[in-house]
Amino acid sequence: MREVAIIGIGQTPVGEHWEKSLRHLAHDAIGAAMRDAGIETADALYVGNMLSGELNGQEHLGALIADFSGLRGIEAMKVEAACGSGAAALRVGIMSVASGLNDIVLVCGIEKMTDAPGHVTTSALATAADQEYEVSQGISFVGLNALLMRRYMHEYGVSKEAFAGFTVNAHRNALTNPNAMFHSAVSEAAYARAGMIADPINLLDSSPVCDGAACVVLAPADRYRSRTQARILASAVAIDSLAVHDRRDPLVLDAAVISSQKAYAQARLTPVDIHLFELHDAFSIMSALSLEAAGFAPRGAGVQLAQHGEISLTGRIPISTMGGLKARGHPVGATGVYQVVEAVMQLTGRAGPNQVGGATVAMTQNIGGSGATVITHILGAV
Amino acid sequence: MSIPRNWRTRQQRYSLKAEVCDNCGKTIFPPRDVCPHCARERQHWTTLSGLGEVYSFTTMYNAPTGFEEYAPYTMALVKLNEGPLVTAQLTDVDAGEVRIGMPVEMVTRKLMQDGDEGQILYGYKFRPVLQRTSA
Ligand SMILES: [Zn+2]
Repeated sequence: MREVAIIGIGQTPVGEHWEKSLRHLAHDAIGAAMRDAGIETADALYVGNMLSGELNGQEHLGALIADFSGLRGIEAMKVEAACGSGAAALRVGIMSVASGLNDIVLVCGIEKMTDAPGHVTTSALATAADQEYEVSQGISFVGLNALLMRRYMHEYGVSKEAFAGFTVNAHRNALTNPNAMFHSAVSEAAYARAGMIADPINLLDSSPVCDGAACVVLAPADRYRSRTQARILASAVAIDSLAVHDRRDPLVLDAAVISSQKAYAQARLTPVDIHLFELHDAFSIMSALSLEAAGFAPRGAGVQLAQHGEISLTGRIPISTMGGLKARGHPVGATGVYQVVEAVMQLTGRAGPNQVGGATVAMTQNIGGSGATVITHILGAV
Repeated sequence: MSIPRNWRTRQQRYSLKAEVCDNCGKTIFPPRDVCPHCARERQHWTTLSGLGEVYSFTTMYNAPTGFEEYAPYTMALVKLNEGPLVTAQLTDVDAGEVRIGMPVEMVTRKLMQDGDEGQILYGYKFRPVLQRTSA
């Protein structure tokens, strides 16, 4: 297997892009990444996307976007793993380059969510859950996370207010990320007042519905040494049941535990070696569960990291360094690629006011559904 | 839910038809081809008591398509006495009275209707276990 390098990155601002269609948005990110890499063509494009069929009435994104980006004739296809689609596409891209089947590979995460009305989006997002035994009962994706958060609070004796730190941190970091959706600080008092969606989850626990596209360019490290921005040290996927009620223990993200352990073993690293962690903070409860599953906190103690400042840019394990899903935004199928683009910015000293000092190892973790697919990548500086 | 899918899952939804694994003895609901606990394929049918307790719950204010007219309503994870967890609505109870650990029992209720003339989907919900009075 060949070592894989990232040689270019691109992203669009996350937000409500009323003026741009899915294909324009995707090309904005692809064009930026290709210019960043200094390339004019590629061997393949893998598109990470979850909802284009449901929300845009459009599938077949591989050919659509490759053609629209002036890449007629190359290999292209869409990769889907619910909200983990972006990292799933990256995983396919890495396999493609590592195996020697392709040299220059584009990985683009794209989601165009604001074309559809809100209740359509709610139902579309619920396709990540079990249709026959969860969704048919009337639960939504937010509702599933609410069930987890309530149980967490009950089992560990944690108050709702204890989760505020995740939201405060994400919004603080997004203030200085020009590509973030939100540029507004959130106080603990504002968190406590926010309106309920599915109690105990309120508006400020939840990542927003939005549009966005991000892209990375992959190449074999040995042949693109001088253009390498970051090295892929690990790429690992693990799955669990779609339904929360089918899990061994709903408060332990088994797939995240396995995915993290596989990644640490590949990179020959442990949690103390990770300088920043772009985790899947679609809801505050997922931040706590992810920190525990990835080995940064014992069971039931993940939420304490948010209370003691350990997740800030200067803390023990900075998370959501550019705003995370909560405040940069969560264009679902694009999110996994945004996480990696941001990790590369950190490893190349391009994160501006959000720079984590001396960062040479970054971990990203993208989750499909409420923990059914978990994809972990570890990146190293050159 | 489409009519064939509704029909296929009717025994699970009307009577909590479940399985017991011949190998590890664990109860499996909903039924599967392969036991999630031991990965063996041999099971036999069983019917659950319908009794359990609330494992977690939430009140839904933003309901998914088809459920809007019923919002707000309370969803729960119910830990059945036989072991499995199920996702279901709670009924016949005020949201403010629900507690984790509360004993509940299964009842068959209307879940939703596909428009004014569409099929009506029936299934399980759970309500607080009625207190027997010692008259
Ligand atoms: Zn078994």
